[in-house]
Amino acid sequence: MELLTVRDLALSYEAKTVLEHVSFSVSRGDFLCVVGENGSGKSSLIKAILGLIPLDAGTIERAESVRAGKIGYLAQSFAIPPRFPATVYEVVLSGFQAKPGAACFYSAEQRRAAKSALERLSLSEFASARAATLSGGQRQRMLLARALCAAENLLVLDEPVAGLDPLVTHELYHLLRALNREGMTIVMVSHDLSGALGFADHVLHLQKTALFFGSTGEYLKTPLGRRFLSPGKKEADA
Amino acid sequence: MSALFSYQFFLIAFVCGAAISLCAALIGTHLTLKHFSMLGDGLSHVGFGALALAAALNLAPLWVAVPAVLVCAFLLLRLQKGDRKNADAAVAMLSAAALAAGMITVSLAGVSFDLNAYLFGSILAIGAADAPIVLCVCALVAITYLACFPRLFAVTFDEDFARACGTKTGVFDTILALLCACVVVLGMRIAGSLLISALLIFPPKAAMCLTRSFRATAILSAVVSLIFFIVGLFASAWLNLPAGAAVVAANAVGYCLCRLIGALKTKKTKS
Repeated sequence: MELLTVRDLALSYEAKTVLEHVSFSVSRGDFLCVVGENGSGKSSLIKAILGLIPLDAGTIERAESVRAGKIGYLAQSFAIPPRFPATVYEVVLSGFQAKPGAACFYSAEQRRAAKSALERLSLSEFASARAATLSGGQRQRMLLARALCAAENLLVLDEPVAGLDPLVTHELYHLLRALNREGMTIVMVSHDLSGALGFADHVLHLQKTALFFGSTGEYLKTPLGRRFLSPGKKEADA
Repeated sequence: MSALFSYQFFLIAFVCGAAISLCAALIGTHLTLKHFSMLGDGLSHVGFGALALAAALNLAPLWVAVPAVLVCAFLLLRLQKGDRKNADAAVAMLSAAALAAGMITVSLAGVSFDLNAYLFGSILAIGAADAPIVLCVCALVAITYLACFPRLFAVTFDEDFARACGTKTGVFDTILALLCACVVVLGMRIAGSLLISALLIFPPKAAMCLTRSFRATAILSAVVSLIFFIVGLFASAWLNLPAGAAVVAANAVGYCLCRLIGALKTKKTKS
């Protein structure tokens, strides 16, 4: 079953075209890794999927379960102001902000679910800690827990491992894979190709348009995949 | 102390001032965290200009001040979100222009206008007829705030995520601006247009020195705001000081104390 179907998409930023003729689809249970060089339109695509920016052309069809308010989103480099008074639990609970029942106060069920997300991501002991005091890896896990509270079927992650050390990155990938195996569909933008492609089952390679869309295995067999994974070879070939 | 409450004007000032202080602290928590601290200051100057215009045209002050401040709150917030650098200058320019316009209007109209009371507040500013209106508006502000609390927090903490979740962030920013406008118009009568922004900023900043969670910050901000107001009001009565200035001074001293306690607490935790 298709959760997302993107057809002939075109996007622009400040009157400059960043993406055009992009088509792909995401099925339930997929783990799609979106790759490409800087400025290739990856983050713009994520924003378009979330409905945050208008489309210049094309369509994005979303299944009912991934309409606005039902997608878990982890943004690229979200810095928490150092003195912002918010606990980890409050941040995670805010993932339910768009759900019914959160209009005035969060329901008991939502509170239980937030605690369970904290436990799932090994953050229970930090529940009452100030969010700004967490380390980089803990902060990403907290934001992932918040995204899980918002998500019904789909997690959209924009560079989730940016700035994390290799060990924490590896842990986060394992966590994402575990979530994916439990049925969560994941769309992830990543620069860390060698790490990310070990976990993703599909790849979308962008360079203003979709240069490749297919399985990770096929991608790694293409010259494009091999070159992108080893930039040194690209230079040598040139 | 009880003798003071036998005066109707003091009782009205106490009850209305306490209600305004509570509301200002709640709204101020979000304004300071969203870096909109100067919004209250700018709006209070607009309020002064509007009150001067009302005096010159012999109109009911609130009927002129409330719409003028509401419109400016909405416009300034839009500007602050769109173009932050110029918005800072826009608030400063609007503040100065509104003050100047108010003074010129009063001067040209030749009306009697208690400038001191409007700029620095007066304990006598809220009459018996105004008190029910003030309390009703405060109740409305508090209820709206509580009803929107989870989403106001979400929009204050991470606007991009809130938008991704489908939250209409513009709607909640507008609600915040409107609540702020209400608090400013009501509060400037007691604290004065030059001092009202202190009621929006000091209590939340004081609370943030002592708390970790957002909810605790909002609650403590309201509690310390009430304490600062009561201390300031009684100090003004006992020491024969202007009420607005005494309340703001109490806020400033209270903030320093909270900051000190917060620093000691942090030091103790580290050691």
